[in-house]
Amino acid sequence: MSGTVHINYREALRQGLREALLRDERVFLMGEDVGRYGGSYAVSKGLLEEFGEERIRDTPLSESTFVGAGIGAALNGMRPIVEVMTVNFSLLALDQIMNNAATLRHMSGGQLNVPVVIRMTTGAGRQLAAQHSHSLEGWYAHIPGLRIVAPATLEDARGMLYTALQDPDPVLIFEHASLLNLEGEIAADPQSVDIDYAAVRRQGTDLSLITYGGSLMKSLQAAATLAEGGVSAEVIDLRSLRPLDDSTIIASIAKTHRALIVDEGWKSGGLSAEITARIMEQAFYELDAPVSRICGAEVPVPYAKHLEDAAIPQVDGIAAAARDLVK
Amino acid sequence: MPSLGADMEDGTFIEWHAEPGQKVARGQVICVVETQKGAVEVEIWEAGVLAKLIAAPGQRIPVGQVMALLATGTEDWKAIAAAAASPAAPPPPPVRAALQPPVAAFDASGAAPPLSGRLKVSPAARRRAEELGIDLAAVKPSGAHGAISMANVELAAAAIEPRDAQAAMRDAIAAAMSRSKREIPHYYLASAINAENSIAWLEKRNASVPIGERVLFVALQLKAVACALRETPELNGFYQGGKFRPGPGMHLGVAVSLRGGGLVAPALHDVDKLSLAELMARLKDLLRRARSGQLRSSEMADPTITVTNLGDLGVDTVFGVIYPPQVALVGIGRSAVKPWVTDGAIVPARIVQATLSGDHRVSDGMRAARFLVELDRLLQQPESLV
Repeated sequence: MSGTVHINYREALRQGLREALLRDERVFLMGEDVGRYGGSYAVSKGLLEEFGEERIRDTPLSESTFVGAGIGAALNGMRPIVEVMTVNFSLLALDQIMNNAATLRHMSGGQLNVPVVIRMTTGAGRQLAAQHSHSLEGWYAHIPGLRIVAPATLEDARGMLYTALQDPDPVLIFEHASLLNLEGEIAADPQSVDIDYAAVRRQGTDLSLITYGGSLMKSLQAAATLAEGGVSAEVIDLRSLRPLDDSTIIASIAKTHRALIVDEGWKSGGLSAEITARIMEQAFYELDAPVSRICGAEVPVPYAKHLEDAAIPQVDGIAAAARDLVK
Repeated sequence: MPSLGADMEDGTFIEWHAEPGQKVARGQVICVVETQKGAVEVEIWEAGVLAKLIAAPGQRIPVGQVMALLATGTEDWKAIAAAAASPAAPPPPPVRAALQPPVAAFDASGAAPPLSGRLKVSPAARRRAEELGIDLAAVKPSGAHGAISMANVELAAAAIEPRDAQAAMRDAIAAAMSRSKREIPHYYLASAINAENSIAWLEKRNASVPIGERVLFVALQLKAVACALRETPELNGFYQGGKFRPGPGMHLGVAVSLRGGGLVAPALHDVDKLSLAELMARLKDLLRRARSGQLRSSEMADPTITVTNLGDLGVDTVFGVIYPPQVALVGIGRSAVKPWVTDGAIVPARIVQATLSGDHRVSDGMRAARFLVELDRLLQQPESLV
């Protein structure tokens, strides 16, 4: 097989699920409305018909229960994919994720490992208000024992799941809801993708835009705008939020000497703060300007469209911050 | 950075002639430094293994600042290089001085002054300024938050007009000569020397050897000066810190005027110990290199007395200005046929005027007169100078 296929992010996620289900019989999907309803974002539409109730399992509305069940299945040799509707709801399962999934390998002296993959939607932009719109992946990236990844491209949406299932330890995949309708051409033949490294999505020389997930496309658009004004922005897609790929970040700053971090999450104690600290620790003498951040406003994400837009990074704001940094 | 002359404050590094890990012998040329007197090959003054090369081309380096690390004796050069590479190594001290200008010098075009009164400079700009030898206090900031950015530093570096080598040399001579006339109480002695014996002996010697081995009178004069100094060591050395320090050898600075103007006086070392033929060969080599700007650091730094000969230009007598921190200068004029009284008869003879400029803080006319007498005596017995 060769050539390319026109596809959107939602379909790419579905292809990734199908591929995992076809390649490994230990894999199964469970979560709220993943079966009969086809998933709250229609990602798993049609999979129940194809793979049956044993492998596409609808669960009760109890995150703690079904995430815990997924962890139990993983402990017993299965390769469960647990879908949590949004990151806000995952807080109901935080005890299972933090106190069981992340800790059992360490507490059992290596006797038990938890090869569970937990997928969830994150981010704002669809007017779903404060209980459905936050970006809490930075919280999860705080926790040793978890691997946190964020597919921001069609290739990663399709490929990261299977790679994550190969990991012997828990992996959390954060899918930004605003990306679901992202369309594009990708190779028809699925390529395996890594979940270890950041990727330079655009080469540049004047500053480094460091971002991931839902902010990648905005950053790339900002970089295109900046290029018209003669500013050459490099764009780094972090891809893996834990562990962070420091070397790609530092190598970029050694080239551009300026860093602007774009993160929909809040600044305080967040992922952008962690990246800033690492840059200070590892690349202080490369910096030609203070590290700058464009992040989510420190408010619960508002419902009103104009307020929601104002509360999260936008292309114009990213470009303006970049211009300030290089002036 | 070695001092390649008493008035040298810094040098611009040109290039390395050695690599890390290379074994070097004392006196080996390891790099080239541009001074006000031209490019100078720097010889290392201790044997060992080069561990780390610190100086980079284009850097202006103050005298005394570290240019390279050398492993001596049983030291492991790799360990030294590794230790130097660790972030614990302190920054070179002269840079810190440059970073602490008076607060009044700060002009951030409206930006709030930094809390500490320290210049606002990006870390990368600070490093770049160090590389380019730029004084940050003089750089105009335009970067984020009114800080000096790397681009500001590079702009400042580009704005510095390349220093005119001619003008720089003139400045150096002016500084040295002003200092000499300001500090050194000169006295002058002159003596007419009958050069007939010397010149006749030389002509005879030169007639019997190939052209390439012929010796000029000036070489014989240098040898005679060096040997005469044995009698009066107080003319050969340095006056520093209020004290005279005798020279470690008869290192004669030979004043060489350069085609484009200006002059240098690099040293011929241990002239009293050289054979006449060897001395001539070294003199030729020195003149060639002085005029092509390829002098070595030791030649620039350590003449113990200067000899200047303006005879070629028809000058009868030279009253020279001592080159500090030296304490004497020997001037030699042209050899001209003049009437000379010998054994009661007037005969034509080739006569040269030899002069001595002395530093009265160190020597007196009485003792120094012995030098000219001895010089005369030696030139009457040229065969003793071979």
